[in-house]
Amino acid sequence: MSILVYTENWDGKFKKQSYELLSYANEIAKMTNSELVAISIGKVSDEELKSLGNYGASKIYNINDDKFDTMSSQAYTKAISEVADKEGTKTIVFANTYTSRSVAPRVAVRLKAGLVPGCVALPASTSPFIVKKKAYSGKAFADVKVNADKTILTLNQNSYTINEDVKDAEIVAFTPNISDADFKVKTLEVMKASDRLDVGDAEILVAGGRGMKSAEKFKILDDMAEAIGPHCTVACSRPVSDLDWRPHYEHVGQTGKVVAPNLYFAFGISGAIQHLAGVNSSKVIVAINTDKDAPIFEAADYGIIGDAFEVAPKLIEAIKELN
Amino acid sequence: MKILVCISHVPDTTAKISFINDNKTYNKDNIQFIISPYEELALTRALELKEAKGEGTITVINVGGVETEPTLRKALAMGADDAIRVNAEAIDAYFVAAQIAEIAKSNSYDIILTGKESIDYNGGQVGEMIAEIIDIPSVTSVSSIDVDGNKAILEREIDGGYEKMECEFPFVGSGQKGIAPEPRIPAMRGIMMARKKPLTVVDEVNVENLTEVEVHTLPEPKGACKMVDADNAKELIRLLHEEAKAL
Repeated sequence: MSILVYTENWDGKFKKQSYELLSYANEIAKMTNSELVAISIGKVSDEELKSLGNYGASKIYNINDDKFDTMSSQAYTKAISEVADKEGTKTIVFANTYTSRSVAPRVAVRLKAGLVPGCVALPASTSPFIVKKKAYSGKAFADVKVNADKTILTLNQNSYTINEDVKDAEIVAFTPNISDADFKVKTLEVMKASDRLDVGDAEILVAGGRGMKSAEKFKILDDMAEAIGPHCTVACSRPVSDLDWRPHYEHVGQTGKVVAPNLYFAFGISGAIQHLAGVNSSKVIVAINTDKDAPIFEAADYGIIGDAFEVAPKLIEAIKELN
Repeated sequence: MKILVCISHVPDTTAKISFINDNKTYNKDNIQFIISPYEELALTRALELKEAKGEGTITVINVGGVETEPTLRKALAMGADDAIRVNAEAIDAYFVAAQIAEIAKSNSYDIILTGKESIDYNGGQVGEMIAEIIDIPSVTSVSSIDVDGNKAILEREIDGGYEKMECEFPFVGSGQKGIAPEPRIPAMRGIMMARKKPLTVVDEVNVENLTEVEVHTLPEPKGACKMVDADNAKELIRLLHEEAKAL
């Protein structure tokens, strides 16, 4: 019996969250006495594919047809479902990424599987599957039971630790039965700054709100992120993004990006519910605000009542001493 | 051009969260319900597309009991032309998707829009499930949509940026921030007209129950925030390094 895990790649490379996902799926494989089988779609080198074997995968299906450069959810769905049928899989695990959000629900319909999206923990049981997910924008949790014969889970980022389990993974080239008719979407252009750390991938975020007063004044936060290191980047609240002080891809919150870093600094952010909905999965939250009654202090683990422009330079100094 | 916008009826973003029935169901007492924000933006964009084209119909649909009708009327007040309510409790996403797909099968909608996720379940599945059931393409996390003849030009969010795509009709798009700059506010006239626009109630079709919520729990209450003096900012870094082990 096998558990199938869809390991997405970004320009041919896996990320930390890929290995978190594998570790999670591997644990489920152990819970159900199954093998862990991975499926990769896109141009990924054999060496990179083999790295999946370090986290429990004993077999890796490699689909690398050029056609799949366009993320057609119909085509990806068919490809993954074909592999699932071939393996006789009853459980598929995805990471809760943009691609998976497009594909997992379609695979669930195709295989008549019960889908639990955005899981935050290992299943409490595997027959039937009962898994915890966030609900009400992070204000509650829901334990969801799967009644269907098959189960699909999508795992939230930073919800599971990476555990090595070295296997000598077999790479199997696979050509799914797809045609041009499965590609009714066409990619016209890809617009991204590929050398930039995405807020969703950063282990540490230094975020600023309206209290930072202007776009120029955000520089101190750029300096702080740089002082902390390459795993840290700047984020912002909605008003800052709406005012165009910072680019939209830095906006974290209910209508921006939902993030789960290890450490989240909130400078001059009052802590509105919609903002907290995007950051309440952070492991540690630090608030710096001149207003002692700002709601952010109720959500924070550590806080300083003070001026961001006075506090940030001191923090930068202390961080530099640490490094 | 026929557009179907799927609307969910959800508690307001600042509503208190509590549960009843052994924590299985949400406690609706004294709660203000709204159109889920992403769907409100998707509907707004649909209205803009219709106005730009100079023709078309916008139908809104919800799966729910009679208590969701005020939310459907709000969508009509925003400018939708007609509404459909499938008279059933929204058990899970697959159930909802199957009900809507049934309606979609006998209406040739060019575009079906949902929100990226509803703010109560945060599942983000219904749109994609509808598309798979009726075998049409779907695009997720859509932050921009324009119509060109019988295809759409979309931008969808990806890690680190956006991807511009072209998709032929019919398709399902799940909309997120950016699909419209702001939700349309119904004008007085819109609210008056909403009462006269058709709101059809249909029966549910039989659908397997693939998942269900067993129980809800609330997060552990946060411990008190550890305050550090502004003059002693260095202490914060020490605590983050030694105590929290976050830095």
